[in-house]
Amino acid sequence: MGLLTKEHFDSIGTAEPSIEVEISRREIQKYAAATEQQQPKYIQGDEAPPMFIFNLFSPITALADMRVDGLARGNATGPKLPLKRIMAGGTQINQHKLINPGDRLTGIRKITDMYEKQGSTGPLIFTVRSLAITNAQGELVLEEIQTSIAR
Amino acid sequence: MSTALTEEIGTGINLAMLSVGSELPQRRHTATNVSLFMYNAAVWNAHRIHYDETYTIGVEGHPAIVIDGPLQGDWLSQVALNWAGAQGRVMNFSYTNRKASYLGEVLTSGGNVTTVDLKNRLVEIRLFIKNEAGEVVTPGTATVSFS
Repeated sequence: MGLLTKEHFDSIGTAEPSIEVEISRREIQKYAAATEQQQPKYIQGDEAPPMFIFNLFSPITALADMRVDGLARGNATGPKLPLKRIMAGGTQINQHKLINPGDRLTGIRKITDMYEKQGSTGPLIFTVRSLAITNAQGELVLEEIQTSIAR
Repeated sequence: MSTALTEEIGTGINLAMLSVGSELPQRRHTATNVSLFMYNAAVWNAHRIHYDETYTIGVEGHPAIVIDGPLQGDWLSQVALNWAGAQGRVMNFSYTNRKASYLGEVLTSGGNVTTVDLKNRLVEIRLFIKNEAGEVVTPGTATVSFS
């Protein structure tokens, strides 16, 4: 295969700029409605369910910088991938503290691994990113390890 | 739309009565164009495979609109969160999107207990999202700590 270059492997370990987010009750409520949460604390927005953080620490991209597939152009760390069709591959979450409205959280994401596999329809590139979320006191709130698959 | 398939969620777990293999409540999930719009708006995701059928089939080669992998991850996490209720805390969970699922499929979430550690009051759970053929499309695990 050999689709990944030295430049790709060199990007492993490079952190993206940190992103700060203030947690909003209304955003939790929207997420809870969309995911059909059943617990009142989520429905009322008193607490965020753990998967609420998905995509929360991605940059907000201008419309002019969106690709034709609807994904942001050049928004991730590292060189462009030679395969462009992206799918979610899976996630691991370790939650240390609850997330509540009014929290000011900082997320730092970095690539921790890249590798190739041969799929049934062609080559696949796996990119593993870690996200560390801390609160205003600098305490670790949540860690996420996310795998995306380019095909 | 999601529908509970088994017992109600949340309260009255007796840790001493739990055993390996104990089943968690199951829930049926039927994604719609509206629910996928709401989810992708909530997470600020404009990927066209979740709302533009012509593009999804014609350009990306999928048979239909793709149900978001992280949405399935959320449904899977809810199995553990709802089962644990106020008594337990989900310390960690993980899942793998093993096989794509498409609009029109009816998915079922559920799980079962794999380890009960009475000393440390920890329970390990195996989680799943299955399709109508009974295939596990999204397997996962979770660790729940009980007070």
